[in-house]
Amino acid sequence: MNFDFSDDQKQLRDQARKFLTEKCSPKAVRVVLDGKAPYDKELWKGLAEMGFLGVAIPEDFGGAGAGHLELCVIAEEMGRANAPVPFSSTVYLAAEALLIAGSDAQKKKWLPAIASGEAIGTLALFEGKGNPSPKNVKLTAANGVLNGVKKPVADGAIADFAVVAARTGSSGRDGDVSLFLVDLKAGGAEVKSLTNLDPTRGQAEITFRDCKAEPLGATGEGWSILTQVLDRAAVLCAFEQVGGSDRALEMGRDYALDRIAFGRQIGSFQAVKHMLADMYVSATLARSNSYYGAWALSTNAGELPEAAAAARISATQAFQHCAKNNIQVHGGMGFTWEFDCHMYYRRANAMALGLGSLTYWEDQLIDRMRKKNAA
Amino acid sequence: MNFDDTPQEAEFRATARAWIGANAPKQYEEELRKSSLGRTQLKNANILEVAKAWQKKKADAGWACLHWPKEYGGRGSSPIERVIWQQEEGPFGQLSRMFIIGHGMCGPTMMAFAREEHKRTYLPPLASGEKVWCQLFSEPAGGSDVAGLRTRAEKEGDDWVINGQKIWTSGAHYSDYGILLTRTDPTVPKHKGLTMFFLDMKSPGVEVRPIKQASGASDFNEVYFTNVRIPDHQRLGEVGDGWNVSLTTLMNERSAIGAAVSTGFPELFEYCSSLMLDDGPAIEDRAVRSKLANWAVKASGLKYTSMRAISALSRGERPGPENSIGKLVAGSMVQDVATYALDLQGASGVVSGSEDAELAGRFQAMLLRAPGTRVEGGTDEIMRNIIAERVLGLPGDIRVDKDVPFNKIPTKGRG
Repeated sequence: MNFDFSDDQKQLRDQARKFLTEKCSPKAVRVVLDGKAPYDKELWKGLAEMGFLGVAIPEDFGGAGAGHLELCVIAEEMGRANAPVPFSSTVYLAAEALLIAGSDAQKKKWLPAIASGEAIGTLALFEGKGNPSPKNVKLTAANGVLNGVKKPVADGAIADFAVVAARTGSSGRDGDVSLFLVDLKAGGAEVKSLTNLDPTRGQAEITFRDCKAEPLGATGEGWSILTQVLDRAAVLCAFEQVGGSDRALEMGRDYALDRIAFGRQIGSFQAVKHMLADMYVSATLARSNSYYGAWALSTNAGELPEAAAAARISATQAFQHCAKNNIQVHGGMGFTWEFDCHMYYRRANAMALGLGSLTYWEDQLIDRMRKKNAA
Repeated sequence: MNFDDTPQEAEFRATARAWIGANAPKQYEEELRKSSLGRTQLKNANILEVAKAWQKKKADAGWACLHWPKEYGGRGSSPIERVIWQQEEGPFGQLSRMFIIGHGMCGPTMMAFAREEHKRTYLPPLASGEKVWCQLFSEPAGGSDVAGLRTRAEKEGDDWVINGQKIWTSGAHYSDYGILLTRTDPTVPKHKGLTMFFLDMKSPGVEVRPIKQASGASDFNEVYFTNVRIPDHQRLGEVGDGWNVSLTTLMNERSAIGAAVSTGFPELFEYCSSLMLDDGPAIEDRAVRSKLANWAVKASGLKYTSMRAISALSRGERPGPENSIGKLVAGSMVQDVATYALDLQGASGVVSGSEDAELAGRFQAMLLRAPGTRVEGGTDEIMRNIIAERVLGLPGDIRVDKDVPFNKIPTKGRG
């Protein structure tokens, strides 16, 4: 048994860390945080050149043809660096939807463009409040055009194309939902940036008015495809969250070693030590659950639905916990704009919502565990 | 990344499985499978006898203490083979509980510090379960602060004379031997005046008194020593080096207990899957599902953390520090799980003799036993210190008694 990444995969992780340490310093993240750029274009270009954007895309479609385990280790580093780029929208959501359901022509059109960094993609699922559910999909598709409003759409303002969930039936079942592919630059889609919790990753509202769209996958299969896409993205995001948790824990640990109060390193006080120990516990549980998710994802195992939900919950909790207590260890300085703690706090809490909130995933996990037990 | 055995591992697993299938005491399988924290007895048999019989059978066939060298009663197996054996032994592994201290702590300490002839004499019957061992470290004045112990050992000729009291000694009431940490020099700082021995628990002057626990059961004891004589050749390590010797034991204790501790989650999930609440099945209830999901990911997180450690063993590497979280997470979790299971029963959760007696009793027993899991083998607070200091590299606690002669350390908090 080897429930771990291979030496090659670990090497890839080191390579990604080295690259991101150089190209994605907190200073670089702040350019986007301060609203001076919608995302880090140079970094995006660099990620493409490193082959990271297409690492899990087959060679036939312009990718590196490695696999999801390779993507997991890169995701971890993206999270650790708090990278201000549309990586999750493009790579975990749009590319995965294309890989699962795209026609050969669709894949040929978009996947090479993703791998080369020319195209940014996203998933347009949500329509205001609420978690992923076929009932919440109101945007309509008829005669090849879409009408309705999607928000929030992650990276919607900078995306070139979107996978859009639309209503194509009225039976009240999952089969009412179908997926469509929309070229956002071709007209018919009006995009508005939204103010959001984590400015290093934009959110947008997209209004579709008789917007031309082509089906992605068969009519009525949309929800089933989406479920698979969300499960895959849950695992990949979990790795970003694990990376972020580790970084927040390290920041807290380092500060506890450097900061002197009452004549001692604050890391010598048990109240502080124990808080950091608990952060380590959360981060470790999250990492282990995520590894199981990675195994299920990479082998396309029947356990993926359950493993993805567990990874999602565990990693979300860990990142929120570590980011929150990292600020606490820093005291007042942790609450300033100047210190980097809030960037992880923002990212942790934004990521906790992006694919559906904890409440949703808790519910999913129990459903999936029951299904497994019944089987 | 995979969960597959190597060909050698698969072969070992098949051999182990075949032997267990042919030899395990199957009549107890169901009952052992259903045992949970606080409820580990057998209804119609003495678990001590069943456990000893199973251990002896394993030893006779070469399946006891797998990772020990053959000459001391083991099999000379690799660490990964030991894990595979545990996986295959399944519920019958519950029968090893009474040997955990002896096999996990006393044995390794003897192996590291006893004379060769003693190892050959004492270790094989310890491996086979014919002799049971206990560990005599904690004292009324030395719990988390083990080095604060006061039991005296004084040299008289070739013997040492022991006077004092130990406490929280698991299984002392059925133990044949024990390893004993004593103070041989109270005039030097506390860690420097300790010496370790092993002794026959039937020695004159040893008195074992069971402690009635908060749960009503008695797993632990007080042990009193009155002029007990131990020959010098039963000393483990140098005089004054007992602290270092004890660290060998304690490191083994934490990993051994961490591996066996239960979370209560499978029991709770099973219970909620059939429980009806006022508004319908418990498992359909939003609040219940949220609680279950949160515990589910802790339980799976622990499971896969241990898989990562096992993978390191399989590669022939030393596992990382991540396994140190096991006891800390499981200890408070099992307590919370038990509390919640009773909460779900409403007022009737308080009664053990209702129509749900079987289940209510199970979670009540768990609840009442749980506080102990957060204390034994290192309290939650000590475990957090260990993680903070050894894993995260934070400074050790400031020890005001570090350079003070032991007999000058204050013994009373007030007055």
